[in-house]
Amino acid sequence: MTDMASRIAGKRGAIVRNQAFWGVVAIVVLLAINLIADPGYLSIGYSDGRLSGNLIDILRAAAPILMIAVGMCLVVATGGIDLSVGSIMVVAGAVTMELLSSMNTPDSLGNAALTIALALGIATALGAVNGILVSVVGLQPFISTLVMMLAGRGIAKVITGGQNTTADNEQVEWLANGYILGLPVVFLLSVVIVVLVLMLVRRSALGLMLEAIGMDSRASRLAGVKRRNLQLTVYSVSGLLAGIAGVFATASVMTVDVSRTGYQLELDAILAVVIGGTSLAGGKFSIGGAVIGGLLIATLDKTVVFLGIPASATPAFKAIVIVALCLLQSERVRSLFRQRRALRAQSQKEAVPA
Amino acid sequence: MTVTTRPPTGSAPGPAPSRPSISDRLGARLSALPTVAALLIFVGMIIYGEAAYGRIVQFNTLSNLLVNNAHLIILAVALTFVILTGGIDLSVGAIIAFSSVAGVMLANAGWHPVAAVLVMVLIGSALGLVSGVLIQYFGVQPFIATLATMFLARGLASMLSTVPERLADDSAIRELATQIKIVDGDKVNDLVITPGVIASIVIVAIAFIVLHRTRFGRTVYAIGGSEQSATLMGLPVTVTKLGIYVISGTLAGVAAVVYTSRLGSAQNITGIGWELDAIAAVVIGGTLLTGGTGFVLGSVVGALVLGLMNVLITRDGGIRPEMTTIITGGILLVFVILQRLVAARRRQEQT
Repeated sequence: MTDMASRIAGKRGAIVRNQAFWGVVAIVVLLAINLIADPGYLSIGYSDGRLSGNLIDILRAAAPILMIAVGMCLVVATGGIDLSVGSIMVVAGAVTMELLSSMNTPDSLGNAALTIALALGIATALGAVNGILVSVVGLQPFISTLVMMLAGRGIAKVITGGQNTTADNEQVEWLANGYILGLPVVFLLSVVIVVLVLMLVRRSALGLMLEAIGMDSRASRLAGVKRRNLQLTVYSVSGLLAGIAGVFATASVMTVDVSRTGYQLELDAILAVVIGGTSLAGGKFSIGGAVIGGLLIATLDKTVVFLGIPASATPAFKAIVIVALCLLQSERVRSLFRQRRALRAQSQKEAVPA
Repeated sequence: MTVTTRPPTGSAPGPAPSRPSISDRLGARLSALPTVAALLIFVGMIIYGEAAYGRIVQFNTLSNLLVNNAHLIILAVALTFVILTGGIDLSVGAIIAFSSVAGVMLANAGWHPVAAVLVMVLIGSALGLVSGVLIQYFGVQPFIATLATMFLARGLASMLSTVPERLADDSAIRELATQIKIVDGDKVNDLVITPGVIASIVIVAIAFIVLHRTRFGRTVYAIGGSEQSATLMGLPVTVTKLGIYVISGTLAGVAAVVYTSRLGSAQNITGIGWELDAIAAVVIGGTLLTGGTGFVLGSVVGALVLGLMNVLITRDGGIRPEMTTIITGGILLVFVILQRLVAARRRQEQT
């Protein structure tokens, strides 16, 4: 009996220590706040073969964050960081819009496929440049991707000539705004990406190797892990996923805004990863946690707007979430709780014989 | 992998003979190479600019360079402190936004200008303290902690106001940007400075003294070299690291005053990306992002290189303004690769 109780207590401790758990709690709290503000908040409508409602909006808003957060998660696992994802997004968006607007048959499927392939190719190439700077040249990830972050937005501006290019293509627009089985295509795609990456890294030794690099890159090299190739791969993958997110972000409005598309989304992605319990120091990662982090950020964004607070104030609420989660993780705060619990247990013990 | 990183001046172990001359020091220390390179590039840019466009080496252009970049120089000094300890501060740009919006609103609400300016600086100190406490007492990584402060400051600025807040035309804060003529040249070719420029020069001087001549400065370098060793040596690591972020925030507050007085207005989107400009200036100036090695004067040169680059791009006219960030990125890349080579060379020498 006591054995079982202690086991349950142990399990509870493990869950509470898991940072992703607090992410879920935060999502539930936010949804509850919305529910108080509007009792019909969670209702989901169905018409015309598509589900609608606030929850669906959140899923749709979460999709681009999920895509780049998965890439970021792998990069962070190797002890790196990718500050350039927002800039790569805008490059991919700029390529898409510029190509589509220069083609004179706007609604052809071939054009859409060609454009997206080219945009994703360029995004992957930019990610690979990050990877080469980090793995071959040996620069710190922070600075290599900072260079790409500065340069990327410039490249996007050069591609569009500083304009916010607009284009028309039904196929591309459908990708961003369409529905399959009632759910937004973009969300389903992000789920597919998450599942694919999850299978790839957890059903093979790949995830372990990435973590080995993050823990001790020298030891991993001695153990036969091909650090250079793997780092090149994760930065390329991060670039590719950012490219996909960029195509979707621009396709949903069919306009690329060279100074705002993907702006500071790298911070959202890093935040999602950290909320999910992945340490920026590298060596361990949790894609499931990053997904929860991404959903939390999307929920937070939507909640702030829903409650009528100006959207530009959202960062302050993100800050509160970061600080709260960091404090929950902090050893100092935890030991404070432990002390209190120990004190309470002691006083109970003393109370019993008396 | 024991790359010993020592403060560049004044603390060489063992019997230190009479102070070596500056050229000796620079020649002997490979770590100064990136800074020297930055200086050479700066001079090269001036010569090129003078040859290609003319009217660069004249009082007017050079004073504008200082006046327009005074705030960036102050931020670069702030980031030098942080980066020397191996940390990072992403919040300076957002602190400027919050501090200037708050300051302008207070001044317009009838506060005494001195009080408003003081509040602007203290807002910086307070936010710096928040970052410092998160980092030092709760073990949050500097990147995440200052990211939180950045979000907080940016969000608070947006809550105050999302439209440009103008200072009244007769506000005393504007007088901080009064142009003081030092040399009266012909036509518009005057050497002018503003109180903002004076502030930045004073801050650079103080930072130089603090970093290279005080116990605090030596502790900063020691923490950057190896925090663990610094702790074992009994250095006041906690207080110093806390102090670094307070200094960084305070200087961001000062930069907010300097910038706001020059512009005469403030907005919640002021200072977006300035933390990156400042980091770029520090890196170009030869400070290693891993901490432990660098010079505050190098960061000033870095900031001036960035400022001069903008002047040259504007003068050229043929370079599209969209290229600015690409060129910044390129210059940054060249300098970090240079640093990388220097570090590799030094490691070779040691083994």
